[in-house]
Amino acid sequence: METLMAFTVGGLFAAAIYMMLRRSIVKLVIGLVLLSNAANLLLFTQAGLLRGAPPLVPEGAMQPAGAVADPLAQALILTAIVIGFGVLAFAVVLIHRAYEVVKADDMDQMKDTDT
Amino acid sequence: MRLEVALPVIIPLFFGALTLILWRWRLAQRVTTVAGTGLMLLSALWLLAATWQDGILVMHMGNWQAPFGIVLVSDLLGAIMVVLAGISGFATAVYSLTSMSRRHEAFGYYPLLHLLLAGVNGAFLTGDIFNLYVWFEVMLVASFALLILGGERAQMEGAIKYVTLNLVSSAMLLSAIGLLYGLTGTLNMADIADKLSYAEDPGIITVIAMLFLVSFGIKAGAFPFFFWLPASYHTPQVAVSALFAALLTKVGVYALFRVFTLMFTQDVDYTHEILLWVAAATMLTGVLGAAAQYEFRRILSFHIISQIGYMIMGLALFTPLAIVGGVFYIMHHIIVKANLFLVSGLVYRLKGTYELKELGGMYRSHPMLAILFLIPALSLAGIPPLSGFFAKFILIRAGVEAEAWWIVGVALLVGLLTLYSMIKIWAEVFWKAQPEEYADRPAHGSAGSGVLYLTIGGMAALTVFIGLGAEPVYRIADAAAHQLLNPSLYIDAVLGER
Repeated sequence: METLMAFTVGGLFAAAIYMMLRRSIVKLVIGLVLLSNAANLLLFTQAGLLRGAPPLVPEGAMQPAGAVADPLAQALILTAIVIGFGVLAFAVVLIHRAYEVVKADDMDQMKDTDT
Repeated sequence: MRLEVALPVIIPLFFGALTLILWRWRLAQRVTTVAGTGLMLLSALWLLAATWQDGILVMHMGNWQAPFGIVLVSDLLGAIMVVLAGISGFATAVYSLTSMSRRHEAFGYYPLLHLLLAGVNGAFLTGDIFNLYVWFEVMLVASFALLILGGERAQMEGAIKYVTLNLVSSAMLLSAIGLLYGLTGTLNMADIADKLSYAEDPGIITVIAMLFLVSFGIKAGAFPFFFWLPASYHTPQVAVSALFAALLTKVGVYALFRVFTLMFTQDVDYTHEILLWVAAATMLTGVLGAAAQYEFRRILSFHIISQIGYMIMGLALFTPLAIVGGVFYIMHHIIVKANLFLVSGLVYRLKGTYELKELGGMYRSHPMLAILFLIPALSLAGIPPLSGFFAKFILIRAGVEAEAWWIVGVALLVGLLTLYSMIKIWAEVFWKAQPEEYADRPAHGSAGSGVLYLTIGGMAALTVFIGLGAEPVYRIADAAAHQLLNPSLYIDAVLGER
């Protein structure tokens, strides 16, 4: 399972970078979405994948019986997803405004500030 | 439980909410902003005094003991950075009283300013690596919105580059944190440092260290990741530019100092050698980029990059004196750089342009401003007795003692080229006569610029103070470096004696 996830994460990173190298600002944002998801999945996989073992303490016991999934990593991903959502929502609005102002979807048209 | 550790974060958050409530009342927003940033500065000074007296202070959030809960930690470096954030925040708030137009204020400038400061202070004080990521994002979201305040074309173009590269950096940071968590099973920085010192496989640690280097390098504007900085920093309102120039890249530098002194010291020969090359390349590209520019704020933006190189050089040499030099450099740089941006804003207000070719004759018409420009400019170039001289002197002395001759050569050369850039601004803006065709440009004139002069003068006075009173400042930097080079002090303070 870890191997499969490793390839998935790698594929997502590769796709994200490919999209970001395109000229279109819409594809740039799609690339950013993929990138943040790839990072989240990496975090998820790193904490160890464990199937069917929720981190619950049985009634009367002081600690869970046997190995359980790590809840902390999931809390981290939840935080990261929320932050990523907010930031990407901003990015979408930004490219919309940029499109209205520049009247082009092309990064090559946005070099005024570089010279 | 030490309350003062949390105050520099709580105060701007509180005043951010307060200014949101006062959205419709412009005057009330202004008053609360100046009061809020002033209070934050006072709390930061209190924190520095307390940290100086009692050593590293720790606050366990919600009374969850480390390493299980999130901790706020104030060591001397963190406390110094918070004080510097307080100074630049307060200066920006006062400066904004005149420089911000009603249109910009109406779009939430003040709440965003407080939110940015809360994010910056949180990043300086947190002792938890994931929490550091969260504060980074708080700071970034606020900075995104501040950057495009006004919505002009240049701002949109700059913001796309700024947002993209910073999001890439955040994704790298998150990946690095994930890998580190997988390796150590903890997020508390002190605990991570403790666990890494027993780790068996140094190879994977170095890989993670490099991921952190790239991520924080992007945020700090280090070579070769700095392209977002000169593309965006000259586009927003000048008060925003000044605050960004003072604080945002320095948060990246602070994070580099934190992780490469506390956590990743297993393979110093390898990691810090890379840092040294990065430092040299950052210094050189920044200063050469500045030499080619003829726009006031773009020259200053490129100089931020070259100055970041000096700070990383201090970290990379990794001797006690070099770390002192790095910390001293950060203190000097934040004040001087913010001040230079504030001067450029006043010049724009008086003349209506940032283009050096269109400016001129300011020495004749505004001699006071010329003097106030010269102080930070010469300080940046490292002319004694101003603050920049001592900062550069300590670093170069450290380089000579470490026998790293080539980096000393680069640092001296870059100092010379910095002087060239500053002289260029001086000659173009203040000394030469203004070309006639640009003489009657619409501008605000000097009405209401008293507050601006006051801010610039105050910051210039601080520069002179750091220069003339270098001894006490050096002692604080020395103590901060001592804490950085003895990670066990930090680890014991957070985790308790074991």
